[in-house]
Amino acid sequence: MNRGALIAFMVKELRHILRDRQTLIVLLLMPLVQVVLFGFALRSDVRDIRLVVIDPSPDYETMALRDRFRSSDRFHIVATPPSMVAAEPLFRKGTADAALVFAPDFAEQLGRGEPARVLLVIDASDPNTGTTIQGYTRAVIAMHEAELSARQPRLRIVPETRMRFNPTLESVNLFVPGLIALVLTLVSALMTAISLSREKERGTLEVLLVSPLRPWQIIVGKVLPYLALAFANVVTALVAAWLVFQVPFRGSLPLLLAESILYSIVSLALGVLIAAKTPSQRAAMLAAMLGTLLPSTMLSGMVFPIASMPGWLVPFTYIVPARWFIVIARGIMLKGVGLEHLWLETLVLIVMMTVLMIAAVRSFKPRLA
Amino acid sequence: MSSSARPDPAIAISTRDLTRQFGDFTAVDHITFDVGAGEVFGFLGANGAGKTTAIKMLIGLLAPTGGEGHVAGFDIRTERPEIRRNIGYMSQRFSLYGDLTVRENIDLYGGIYGLSDAQINDRAHTLLASLGLEGSARELVGRLPLGWKQKLAFSVALLHEPKIVFLDEPTGGVDPITRRQFWEMIYATGARGTTVFVTTHYMDEAEYCDRISIMVDGRIAAIGTPGELKTRFSAVTVNDVFVQLARPVDAA
Repeated sequence: MNRGALIAFMVKELRHILRDRQTLIVLLLMPLVQVVLFGFALRSDVRDIRLVVIDPSPDYETMALRDRFRSSDRFHIVATPPSMVAAEPLFRKGTADAALVFAPDFAEQLGRGEPARVLLVIDASDPNTGTTIQGYTRAVIAMHEAELSARQPRLRIVPETRMRFNPTLESVNLFVPGLIALVLTLVSALMTAISLSREKERGTLEVLLVSPLRPWQIIVGKVLPYLALAFANVVTALVAAWLVFQVPFRGSLPLLLAESILYSIVSLALGVLIAAKTPSQRAAMLAAMLGTLLPSTMLSGMVFPIASMPGWLVPFTYIVPARWFIVIARGIMLKGVGLEHLWLETLVLIVMMTVLMIAAVRSFKPRLA
Repeated sequence: MSSSARPDPAIAISTRDLTRQFGDFTAVDHITFDVGAGEVFGFLGANGAGKTTAIKMLIGLLAPTGGEGHVAGFDIRTERPEIRRNIGYMSQRFSLYGDLTVRENIDLYGGIYGLSDAQINDRAHTLLASLGLEGSARELVGRLPLGWKQKLAFSVALLHEPKIVFLDEPTGGVDPITRRQFWEMIYATGARGTTVFVTTHYMDEAEYCDRISIMVDGRIAAIGTPGELKTRFSAVTVNDVFVQLARPVDAA
């Protein structure tokens, strides 16, 4: 009898979700849109690249390549200092984006038919701009090389790239695990809080509490359909990240999915708790925004690295579930590590889940004190 | 305070000195009454008189701080799950889901109360036929006129054939014709042996009840049939009785 009641309740929840088509579409497409939008916003297009050319032995060959950069509308050459040391202040001041450094024997190497070497030094303090600049610079060099080899086959120019300030270029990769956390928080905490506080506001919750349904059944029935939605969102975000940005996935997919479900349950319980403690739908929405979304973005290490936060702020990050989940997701996706390195974070989430679930069920027991 | 012992052998609801305090404030103050099985019992009182608190204790949403109560023979302190299976409840606010169809709402409440699919199917047909809503089974409840919604909500609260149904201000905001039809439904329900415990603001509706009680300041100021009360207070209508009882509160 209890099982039938729970199923009837879950069918109803599914119907609510499926009937509200607009919200459903927004929720399903959100991870895709966010991954693409954030990803591209980060790798903003670069137009006016300020190039520094260091050419220790200028001659016809080096001038030809320099001309090609000059004639490109994306580049303009801002200085030709004698050495990289002399170029350094320009990078520091931010008046140069990239340096093209010719090997002293560039022309001779070309003449001998050997690979001729150039060094690209690129300001990657914004890693995405850095990548873009690198792409354009290499494209210009490749074009020049193609033209040279048409004249004289097998000529090669080999550019080597140094990224200044952020050599590993990780930002998009680091961003995707954070984004998954954000989407999960949004769907799990926010949507549950809204849906449950709607029942409270409309008075239908009272009728449910008077029925044979137990409080835990109401909560499970509310939470499970959203859990399924959250699961679909994780998969979408992962696929989008991989297709659009080739974000690597080095670890175990089942482990990441399991951890995502764990994190979702934590967020769902938070959503239930918020709905229980707030008087209206509007208040629940605000509380969910302030109580879950904001810390999940600001205090989780998603946008601002925890390592660079002021010391007094760091303890506050410990109570933000997303902080732990992001460590887990980054570990699995980018480092390929398993549970043996992530057990602490997982344990923290399990403890949070247990405490919040108990609190959530309690908060929905009718006032029997 | 209570009238002489009820002749009915079957008592649906009984309270003895039932009390609920919130801090220093006593919302319900030692109320004692019995409601017989199959009775249509009107539970009247001004706003803030303690009606809602009393109902909440009877249906298990609030624990009493004193006294005792039994609903359908079960103790309201210790046997809430049994009570829940035996009562229906229609709250002041509309309790069906507007974004679900008529039939989906029926399926939901039938399922929650543990009816089998066959039972739900069967009762849904009977219910829709009696309301004349056969053609609207697939319509969203939110699109029905208010009067239909209220009648449907009442029927759905009776779907699991409870022994007692609690109606909290069921006719708020509906037109006089629908109110009349609604009371006909209440009568029919009582005639089938279901006890109806109904709160209302409309004193003319109180005249339709088998018995009424009037709550003032957390206490039951009067209880009896409408006729008895009118005689006792030498009043023409129940409304006059109510005004006489409530006046001291206004003065205070």
